[in-house]
Amino acid sequence: MRIKVNGQEESLEQEIKLIEFLESKGLELDRLVIEYNKRVVSGEEWDDIILKDQDSLEVLRFVGGG
Amino acid sequence: MIEEKLVIGGVKLESRLFTGTGKFPSKEVIRETLEASNSQVVTMALRRVDFDNPEENVINYIPDNFTLLPNTSGARTAEEVVRIARIAKAAGCGNWIKIEAISDNKYLMPDNQETIKATEILAKEGFVVLPYISPDLMVAKRLEEVGAAAVMPLGAPIGSNRGLKTKELIKILIDEIELPIIVDAGIGKPSHAAEAMEMGADAVLVNTAIATANDPVKMAQAFDYAVQAGRIAYLAGPGAVKDYASASSPLTGFLKGE
Repeated sequence: MRIKVNGQEESLEQEIKLIEFLESKGLELDRLVIEYNKRVVSGEEWDDIILKDQDSLEVLRFVGGG
Repeated sequence: MIEEKLVIGGVKLESRLFTGTGKFPSKEVIRETLEASNSQVVTMALRRVDFDNPEENVINYIPDNFTLLPNTSGARTAEEVVRIARIAKAAGCGNWIKIEAISDNKYLMPDNQETIKATEILAKEGFVVLPYISPDLMVAKRLEEVGAAAVMPLGAPIGSNRGLKTKELIKILIDEIELPIIVDAGIGKPSHAAEAMEMGADAVLVNTAIATANDPVKMAQAFDYAVQAGRIAYLAGPGAVKDYASASSPLTGFLKGE
């Protein structure tokens, strides 16, 4: 199956929980901002969401800015 | 004169210096610099994570007592501004937002029309909206009408350190607009900040000038003093400017006729 992550197509072998997907990227989960199919989802929901074909994900974080 | 505190979005601010978090040599310096600045409002941006090179979240380096002012940098249209603002709020950053709607990559001039549109939408949604604009009286009036919490005119292009090149236009805003006027962008040295405050700006936002100084911590302290000095000078009311000399000491010639 294919999903879109930060605008890039990515293929996954099987359905996977959102939290597992984020962990597999080696990210520090603290203060990550996740938009799942155009909806911001809080950290408590990451364990419940199972990524499926054609889903779209924005993985964001706050950086320095003026 | 008793100094009235600056109030924005119901928050009473002791300091009139807002600080940015971009361009610092390291994240560790950010915390120390923010503390030295005595500032209470701090800006940051939202970005996609680069999976090959994940950066640490800047919020981890911001002391807890700061009001967070996420910006919408990267947005070119009102629609994109609104989307970023909603994400920032949903991410737990509070309801303040600095609007940046920019499609000009050379001078990074804000798009005033898109900014007005976005301000109207976000103010209705309950955001405390601080729009970054090219100084223009009619635009500032529209922003006032549609619910902005302050107006942030630029002094010179972002990151240019050139000072108050738009001084005359900012003066008009200070004179005619009731909302707080926060000079944002272009302030390159403490003397520029003092100049803005002396002419009656309510606050200034400084990022590049502090972050790219050889010693950001010391420069933050210098800006704190400059902003305070400028504000006090404004309240004190500077004396008149004259073309010719006006003696400060009595000139009655006591040596005359010796």
